[in-house]
Amino acid sequence: MERFQFTKAHSVSEAIGIAAQSTTAQQGAPVRFLAGGTTLVDLMKLNVERPTRLVDINHLELNKIERTSDGGLRIGALVRNATLAHDEAVVRDYRVLSEALLSGASAQLRNVATTGGNLLQRTRCMYFRDTAMACNKREPGSGCSAIAGENRALAILGTSPQCIATNPSDMNVALAALEATVHVQGARGTRAIAFQDFHLLPGDTPHRETALEPGDLVTHVTLPPPRAGATSRYLKLRDRASYEFALASAAVVVEVAGGRFRYARLAMGGVGTKPWRMTAAEQALTGAAVDEGTIKQAAALALRDARPQSENGFKVELAQRCLTHALRLATGMATV
Amino acid sequence: MLGGKLPRIDGPLKVSGRAVYTSDVSLAGMLYAVPVRSTIAKGRIVSIDAAAARKLPGVRAVYYRGNLKPFFRSAPPQGFSGLIDEKRPPFEDDEVRYYGQYVAVAVAQTMEQATAAAAAVRVRYTTDAHNVDRHLVAAKPLETESQRGDADAAFKSAPVQVDQTYVTPDEVHNPIELHATVAAWDGDSVTLYETSQAVMNHREVLRQMLGVPKENVRVVSHFLGSGFGGKLWPWTHSILAAGVAREVGVPVKLVVTRQSMFEAVGHRPRTQQRFRIGASRDGTLQSIHHEYLNQTSVLDDYKEECGESTPFLYSVPNLRVASALSRANVGTPTAMRGPGAVPGLFAMESAMDELAIALKMDPIELRRRNEPKLDESSKLPFSSRHLLECMQVGAEKFGWARRDPRVGAMKRDGLTVGWGMAACAWGAMRDNAQASVEIRRDGTAQVKTATQDIGTGTYTVLAIVTSEATGIPVDRIDVQLGDTALPPGPISGGSWATASVIPAVSSAARAAVQALLGMATSGPSAPFKGAKPDDLQLVNGRVSRKSDPSAGVPLGDVLARANVRAATGSGQSSTTIGGEESRKYSLHSFGAQFAEVTWQPETARLRVSRFVSVIDAGRMINPKPARNQIEGAVVMGIGMALFEEARYDKRYGAPINSNLADYIVSTNADAPPIDVTFLDYPDKVLNELGARGVGEIGLAGTAAAITAAVHHATGVRVRELPVRIEDLLRA
Ligand SMILES: Cc1cc2nc3c(=O)[nH]c(=O)nc-3n(C[C@H](O)[C@H](O)[C@H](O)COP(=O)(O)OP(=O)(O)OC[C@H]3O[C@@H](n4cnc5c(N)ncnc54)[C@H](O)[C@@H]3O)c2cc1C
Ligand code: SF4
Repeated sequence: MERFQFTKAHSVSEAIGIAAQSTTAQQGAPVRFLAGGTTLVDLMKLNVERPTRLVDINHLELNKIERTSDGGLRIGALVRNATLAHDEAVVRDYRVLSEALLSGASAQLRNVATTGGNLLQRTRCMYFRDTAMACNKREPGSGCSAIAGENRALAILGTSPQCIATNPSDMNVALAALEATVHVQGARGTRAIAFQDFHLLPGDTPHRETALEPGDLVTHVTLPPPRAGATSRYLKLRDRASYEFALASAAVVVEVAGGRFRYARLAMGGVGTKPWRMTAAEQALTGAAVDEGTIKQAAALALRDARPQSENGFKVELAQRCLTHALRLATGMATV
Repeated sequence: MLGGKLPRIDGPLKVSGRAVYTSDVSLAGMLYAVPVRSTIAKGRIVSIDAAAARKLPGVRAVYYRGNLKPFFRSAPPQGFSGLIDEKRPPFEDDEVRYYGQYVAVAVAQTMEQATAAAAAVRVRYTTDAHNVDRHLVAAKPLETESQRGDADAAFKSAPVQVDQTYVTPDEVHNPIELHATVAAWDGDSVTLYETSQAVMNHREVLRQMLGVPKENVRVVSHFLGSGFGGKLWPWTHSILAAGVAREVGVPVKLVVTRQSMFEAVGHRPRTQQRFRIGASRDGTLQSIHHEYLNQTSVLDDYKEECGESTPFLYSVPNLRVASALSRANVGTPTAMRGPGAVPGLFAMESAMDELAIALKMDPIELRRRNEPKLDESSKLPFSSRHLLECMQVGAEKFGWARRDPRVGAMKRDGLTVGWGMAACAWGAMRDNAQASVEIRRDGTAQVKTATQDIGTGTYTVLAIVTSEATGIPVDRIDVQLGDTALPPGPISGGSWATASVIPAVSSAARAAVQALLGMATSGPSAPFKGAKPDDLQLVNGRVSRKSDPSAGVPLGDVLARANVRAATGSGQSSTTIGGEESRKYSLHSFGAQFAEVTWQPETARLRVSRFVSVIDAGRMINPKPARNQIEGAVVMGIGMALFEEARYDKRYGAPINSNLADYIVSTNADAPPIDVTFLDYPDKVLNELGARGVGEIGLAGTAAAITAAVHHATGVRVRELPVRIEDLLRA
């Protein structure tokens, strides 16, 4: 860890003002907001993040969960993961989000981790976290160690020759399926970013992970009103029973009537370089009969573009099974 | 009290945070040392530039080869003294032989400053091609360890054969407590606060490597956040801390990082074992042929004794066990819980399960048919062997009779259930030990011996044993361990600390009682002047005539009248190695492990859902911590079977998953209900109380029982651990 200056921000504008002096809001940012710190401090100890200035945002009034006028939900950026997971409205109306949050990390971490921080958590690629190794995301142009290395946990969708790292968040997968909106306040005012535009594909610039610019503070996330009659579930597959990132996970929001899918929103984690929406599979499901054949076909379609790496070919199959089973759970075709 | 369920006497200290562990030790003026780790796996150091590091805040010094007084090597060990696995002292030459080898060390006022300085040291290397291959190749032709009959010929002519290769990965001990050393010199003498499972050995090695007399080194290890064998012998950081502290003239603390725990403090090496069994159609074994390799480092010959149990576990007329080492650019391996037997029994018991399937025979029945009458390799009777009863009791507790042997045939709650079992064994031994017991005027007793409590309950067991011999209640007994200033005690390893130290402590306690009774009968103001000591007894802190227990005198009065501070006694026990017992008996513990897994084919999700372990390890002095040991070992066995593996990156030669998020161990959620039973047959050959140790046997056979259950549920036989989702997707 290197020396840094620590400022406790007393207002949103003060926080933004300091951060706006930064050259970037992406990898290598000299100014960082400190929320729960469970990603940031971890990476600072590893010298992967080396900010010279930390702006503590924990005292800002961004910790409320409120109904929006259209019946949706507004989640403050500082709402802790545990609070959000156990919130009555979330448990009732957005089960997929509650399940996703509770499948992540540990109880201790969830007590301190925030919505904004979770949204922005960094990849768990082992080479990214070790400064002795080449990594384009950490040191642009240095090369990607993972492509010919230990990449079992990494992505099969959205990869580029420069980076194959997964976005590891569970919460993000649920937010993708729920079609959330990320609200940002920056030096030039506020803006709303559709969830699917918030995270970027690695392409030739894997160090750029989000649409954030210097000074941008995530203030809150909104969810559209819950769909009447829809069910939602989150299924996470991994080696051990808890406290591990997903090898594959699926967030599904479906509405069934008359034996047919009327509505489907599907997203997957552990397989994509960003939280991955399965739009082709959504379309295939919509209007189709609720049966084993339909959901298996949809899952196959979802993984159609998968490009396995040297060690993670099994994820293509695993991800399909994961999505299929999540759909079985959501439609009552399976109970465990 | 023996066989009772006494909670640990050190429990309150631990749960209240008052137990001082090594990295908690803080001394006035202390500096922090952080090593610089090599970032290549093979090559030579060309230059080290520490100029920038030295300029950082708080930095006191940066040492490397050339500016730190060189260390000596330690001479070959004698018995359990002088043992060290990585024998090359730090900075001995400019060669790098594994990734993470210490090439320099930064010393600063705070841990953070020293870490920053270590990161700022620039090291240039010339690199050579390294080898961290997963496939092991013998460095020399295999050497035969045990042989009888003609294993090859008997195998070829056997009507039923199993011929398979089993692989166990590089596993890392990963105790939660990091290895640490605090070194404090006073003139020519040094005190080392250590994370050590063997303070006496540590002193012997360090005094040699530092080149100082034995009396000048004191090693202290009061509490251990576990070691699992990784803290048995000294590692290079300890020598480095002592050397650096000598140089800077103030105490130095060095705490190994989690990353270095994967590189420079040993691990269970990768093994590759070909196992051939030939049997008649009725299941009678005809031949066992066990050939194995284990990985070791470039310089050190660490041998994983996978063939330890092979020659005696079953009756078989033709047998050969042979082995060789395979070298790689990895840190030197070391003993990890159940060394040898644990990977060896994974192979052997998996092969037995495969044989049972080939024979269409129940795996317990197969083992029953091959129960030996004696140890067929040494031709000696077993001191105490109840393996058949372990299997029988286990089968009853587990409900084995309800097993449908067909793959995938058993279901529960929408899941497929798989059942598997394995037998296990672990050597029983006793080591040299000395102890002293002091009975004091205030009615308390103090026990001293330089063994360690590594979390296994040694403090408690020795308090119980002393209480038993003196009649003084446990809460009035002070047990002193983990300090070379105490009478020499055994290593806490091999599950023999308890068996070794109990005889020494109980005879010391009896000697102290005898001394006290002696004072009660002789001397001018003795209360029972003229009586024979044998006519007296010490009960509840009072000395009385056996014939008249009501008219006693408090022991403090006896000491006061004799004007003596305390009645002391010393005792010792001797090693079984080369001893009479081991010439007459084959000394082993036995057990049977039963595992249930649940399997969800749709999601390839496998969990261990139930475990039954029946252990024949002599008499249980304190069943509570003993049960704890078995439960912990089973949880570790689940990790071994399903999760754990240090993965080496081919290009860097580094163990890449060197942290607790990427090196997967069992969590609470992975630990199923575990039913532990001790048969409790005292083994009086080993010591008067009949106690053997239980630290390791719970891990033996566990992985094989689980992979047998995995096969039963899924039809997939995994011979290379850990079982991974990739394997199960084939089901
Ligand atoms: C051992 C371990 C296991 C874990 N397992 C899982 C798991 O299984 N599943 C899972 O999903 N996650 C897991 N996590 C990750 C965890 O969920 C994240 O670390 C956490 O959500 C981050 O939140 P935080 O508030 O601590 O973020 P911080 O560390 O404070 O911040 C993270 C980043 O976001 C930025 N930031 C924070 N808030 C804002 C804001 N309002 N506006 C702009 N920028 C902001 C920070 O500057 C920083 O760059 C695990 C973490 C650990 C340490
Ligand atoms: S996958 Fe991405 S994060 Fe991992 S090493 Fe390659 S560039 Fe770095």
